[in-house]
Amino acid sequence: MAFILVAAATLAPFVVMIATSLAGPAQIYEGGILPSPDLNAAVDNYRAALTEVPLLRYMANGAFVCAVILVLQVTIAAPAGYALAKLPFRGRPLMLAGVVLALMIPMQVPAIPLFLGVASLGLLNTYTSLIAPFVISAFALFLFRQFFLSYPDEVLDAARLDGFGELSIVWRLMVPAAWPAVAAFATISVINHWNDLYWPLVVITDTDMMTPPLGLVAFRATAESSGDVGALMAGGVIVTAPLVVAFLFLQRSLMRGLSASARA
Amino acid sequence: MRADHRARWRPELATAPEIRHRRRLGAALALPAALTLLVLVIGPSLAVLGLSVTDYRLGMPGANWVGAANYAALATDAGLRGSLANTFAFVAVVAPLAVFGGLWVAILVAGAGRARGLAQTVFFLPVTATLVAMATAWEVLLHPSFGMANALLGVLGLPAQRFLSDPNLALWTLAVLAVWKLLGYNVLLFLAGLATIDRTLYEAAALDGAEAGWRRFTLVTWPMLAPVTLFVTVITLIRTFGEFELVVVLTNGGPDGATEMVLFTLYQEAFRYFDIGRASALAAVFLVFVMALSLTQIWIAERRR
Repeated sequence: MAFILVAAATLAPFVVMIATSLAGPAQIYEGGILPSPDLNAAVDNYRAALTEVPLLRYMANGAFVCAVILVLQVTIAAPAGYALAKLPFRGRPLMLAGVVLALMIPMQVPAIPLFLGVASLGLLNTYTSLIAPFVISAFALFLFRQFFLSYPDEVLDAARLDGFGELSIVWRLMVPAAWPAVAAFATISVINHWNDLYWPLVVITDTDMMTPPLGLVAFRATAESSGDVGALMAGGVIVTAPLVVAFLFLQRSLMRGLSASARA
Repeated sequence: MRADHRARWRPELATAPEIRHRRRLGAALALPAALTLLVLVIGPSLAVLGLSVTDYRLGMPGANWVGAANYAALATDAGLRGSLANTFAFVAVVAPLAVFGGLWVAILVAGAGRARGLAQTVFFLPVTATLVAMATAWEVLLHPSFGMANALLGVLGLPAQRFLSDPNLALWTLAVLAVWKLLGYNVLLFLAGLATIDRTLYEAAALDGAEAGWRRFTLVTWPMLAPVTLFVTVITLIRTFGEFELVVVLTNGGPDGATEMVLFTLYQEAFRYFDIGRASALAAVFLVFVMALSLTQIWIAERRR
């Protein structure tokens, strides 16, 4: 019984968000447990969410920023993870210590000097400022290192005996082998950066550059004064839908990715 | 992190030039990561420690050494002290609820039989949902005049509340929302942990008379889950201490500072008042807290081995 109540409370904001996005001001302000839906009002709400604020632009910004961050994170961290696991270069123990240290540093700490740097380079309100701080992920380094550590040395030695060079081992064996690790990391990275508010709030003030969460914060400020709660909830549904729908379809791989983050 | 025994070098399989080649390739592959790690994470974090002993303000020329003055302000400045006190009260309420609530839900979900998939989905939804959107949904749900929460209180014959604007209530409202936000992830971690417990342990416990319920839990589940519980506790403490979005979206620290917390105050000092020195001192405190927790976890986990 208590379990059902907790489950209901977990779902409540989703239900309220969807129900309110489908209702007109009359039904919303009437009160009651949930406002009753109204087709015309629903159409108005979603149209207002898409036209009163550049919601699609925010989503495109978010998708672009997430994609570039993910590609750069993998491009930088996956080869390094392989080196940390399999190639004993000089400085490797030091770098491993650096990775463990960086794993413990929350983003808000380097954010202050990073903001000073971004501002002094004149990069506020640019995609560069949204992307640059995240191109390196200590978590990705750790994840890829662990992944490559479990790759059998015998296979590598056999490839070497077959005349594979070190570079072609990387290209022809390691890159194809790394996809499960990339998929696991991708889920975490996209969830984090699509939903991040802190850093966009620091570097973005220009409406055209906003990501979905920041755009919603701005939308909320205007919706609050105009009282257009239905449109605001419609905006919330539109922004939340892509990841939630993706989650429903990719539940298994997403959960694998999230529990991989836990093991790290 | 364990010694990488599997990556051990085996010289008998390679000639000296081959080894040199591999070392060079390794360094080349690791270099971009090492440089960006240094420039974007470790360097700036050290810079924060440096800035925290200055009176640097953005837009002012130069900075002066002020020693521990910014740290002293954390103890003397009423606003900063209030923010720290709110944060600790918030953590003290949210963390136990999110950890033990997550464990409780995970055990029930694991035993839910055919409903397990559905139950999982329900509790994981908040993990992927955009928190800013969900926070505005909570705001509608908690609205003093037309929200669902007060409508339900009315049905039960209880008086309506101003959940987010009553200074005595706002912080606890945010605490409930924080538990809502953290629960799904903790359930996921506990479910992963429960799946690793050996079935035969439960069978053995059943032979000893601990077939179900509390005895089975104390005899098998709780001790076997200890490493997971430790990890969940640490990550929950870190995430609770670092709550930011709920405050900035729902209350802006109000009413009257009642929901000001460390990261929100840090954000205000750094990016609204541009008092970089003071903000850096707060960031340093936050960093020490997070690192102390992480190191404690590593230490306990290593000792257990």
